[in-house]
Amino acid sequence: MKYLSRLPALLLTVLLAVPFTAMHTLPAAAQDITVGSKKFTESVILGEIIKFTMTGNDIETAHRRDLGGTRILWSALLKGDIDIYPEYTGTLRQELLKGTDTHTLPLLRAALAKQGIRMSAPLGFNNTYAIGVTKETAARYGLATISDLRRHADFSLGFSNEFLDRGDGWPALRTTYRLPQQNVRGLDHDLAYRGLESGAIDGIDVYTTDAEIAYYDLFLLQDDRNHFPVYDAVILYRADLAERVPGAAATLTRLEGTIDAARMSAMNGAVKLDKKSESTVAAAFVTDRLKIAATPSDSGFVARLWKSTRDHLVLVIISLGAAILFAVPLGILAARHDRVGQCILAVVGIIQTIPSLALFVFMIPLLGIGGPPAIVALFLYSLLPIVRNTHAGLRGIDSGIVESAAAIGLEPGASLRIVELPLAMRSIMAGIKTSAVINVGTATLGALIGAGGYGQPILTGIRLDDTALILEGAIPAAVLALAVQGVFELAERAVVPRGLRLKSNG
Amino acid sequence: MHLMFHLSDISKSYGPLFAVAHTTLDIPAGRTTALIGPSGCGKSTLLRLMNGLIAPDTGSVTFDGEAVTAANASSLRRRMGYVIQQGGLFPHMTARQNISVMARHTGWTAADTESRLQVLADLTRFPLDALARYPAELSGGQRQRVSLMRALMLDPDALLLDEPLGALDPMVRFDLQTELADIFKTLGKTVVLVTHDLFEAAHFASDIVLLRDGAVEQRASMDVLLSAPASTFVKKFVGAQRGLNGARGLNGEPGL
Repeated sequence: MKYLSRLPALLLTVLLAVPFTAMHTLPAAAQDITVGSKKFTESVILGEIIKFTMTGNDIETAHRRDLGGTRILWSALLKGDIDIYPEYTGTLRQELLKGTDTHTLPLLRAALAKQGIRMSAPLGFNNTYAIGVTKETAARYGLATISDLRRHADFSLGFSNEFLDRGDGWPALRTTYRLPQQNVRGLDHDLAYRGLESGAIDGIDVYTTDAEIAYYDLFLLQDDRNHFPVYDAVILYRADLAERVPGAAATLTRLEGTIDAARMSAMNGAVKLDKKSESTVAAAFVTDRLKIAATPSDSGFVARLWKSTRDHLVLVIISLGAAILFAVPLGILAARHDRVGQCILAVVGIIQTIPSLALFVFMIPLLGIGGPPAIVALFLYSLLPIVRNTHAGLRGIDSGIVESAAAIGLEPGASLRIVELPLAMRSIMAGIKTSAVINVGTATLGALIGAGGYGQPILTGIRLDDTALILEGAIPAAVLALAVQGVFELAERAVVPRGLRLKSNG
Repeated sequence: MHLMFHLSDISKSYGPLFAVAHTTLDIPAGRTTALIGPSGCGKSTLLRLMNGLIAPDTGSVTFDGEAVTAANASSLRRRMGYVIQQGGLFPHMTARQNISVMARHTGWTAADTESRLQVLADLTRFPLDALARYPAELSGGQRQRVSLMRALMLDPDALLLDEPLGALDPMVRFDLQTELADIFKTLGKTVVLVTHDLFEAAHFASDIVLLRDGAVEQRASMDVLLSAPASTFVKKFVGAQRGLNGARGLNGEPGL
């Protein structure tokens, strides 16, 4: 019977030893500064530009790209997991500092300073909504401003659904400019560009730095009544950066006013349409505009895959290993004590209903960004199947067998170890397998909070509409799920006693 | 007379239902006592009270002069073998592992364990090569033999059996009855047997305890139960059993 009690312990030791060794072999964070960027192309390009500008001035800088949305970056900055990230004044005013009077730049700076955050001067472009028409249309009808549209009531306009609904979108725009157009429809943004090109639509809504503006050679009508909020790009950085890394703040000022909308739009186009890497585009910019030598840091397919695999394995192995160590005893406790059991099952059940992205984001204020919050979230998600199957496996044992174990004189602990756990092992292993597969899948979301893994190429691939890149994450993730399943299938053979695999002959 | 078990004024209820109601019962050492009665009369509960699987609501149980408590139950049970209807064998262990599980747990040497196994296999006429089989690979009768060997492994003072033959088909049951009775005679141990079958009880024991609603209705030999029933309940119970078994002339009991 000894092998039964030793094998799971051995398995767990191996499971736990691997990631800890892996963590120690990870390169230590030698960087002075960490830059973050959101999961859209413009933000990633700006993050790379900041990194190259810093490294060009001999400040060691790491760039954590493709972190999730605004909230994640903002929390990470406040927490100190990142030191710098590019943001927009409009986002600060309307979202992050909502309710505070920030209508002038000095007021905005003061509000940020209260949170220990400083802000650069605007970088030079305003990424807000605009109304775009083809250059031909603009020339033919003599259009320069949005007010000019008043003279062309028969124009057909195609807007994204979000723009049709937003408070500062079409309804408000129509009021501000008293626009007469009746022929207004909602349609997909990509289709809108094509409709404009084919002449089916005369005007569309765009972001002022959209790559497509240059590609389709569009003319943006001037917002002569200042209807749209200003989304000036700025760089946010922690107030303690100045003392921690002397010269860093001064270096950032070199970027102020250097990027106009046309330039940003062209850089976005180079990535999204010409399929250049963000790093290449950013390096070209700093070399050309700031005369700073920069080498694009693009890693090859194998290096990328190796890094994603390593990151992913660390997430899965630590979170799953800890979940097994924690959930099996919890399941035993739940099976032994009815009332406690109800509570345990209810709590782990509730945890499972929290949307995964929300759980990841909740973790940031506590644990920052990167591996630790992702591991804790994955750990929590892995509990339910194991706890429930351990509980069900133990409760499902024939009462005559459990009674016999006690009746021949086995103490409760010995009965659990020698009789009950081996009999419940098949159910427990099934729970662990379920958890493992869910864990491998959910771990791809870890990339949203900077934990890396197979989610990284998936996220970037979705952003760039690059199927090959999506598959670079999705296929290994599927393979890993199958492999993990296979490993536990083998482990099951070792830990589920042979007698349980026999059919009764009556 | 040496008493193996002494149950004093014990009660056990499940919700409002009394399984055992203020019952006092002595089990003498060195012979077989049968507990019998209709379903729900509390006979299985009494057996579980004896080895402490169930704690009584009132009263006390002593085993060989020692009070059975939650603290000492595990160690006392090693001196009481226990066999239940389906055998209660551990399906993940071979017959050999099932029988020797307590010997291993209490640190017997391999040689001692093996020689004891041989003795028991001989006693129960269990084929040695079948010791390597799992319960699922054994017949019903073989399983009960394994269960009996497991109960006897530590050479206990008493043997508690709860319908040990209840799940077997009639032919196997008949054979095993004869064999078990011989084995008990050979061993000379205290045996407490629970059964719902009066003739099985008579086959094993001259001391029959007839229970009704958790209390002793009459304690006597088969002959006395037949000739001098203490109540109409006893009379009806005996009569019903005769109706079921009489035609078979089971075990050659005279006059049945």
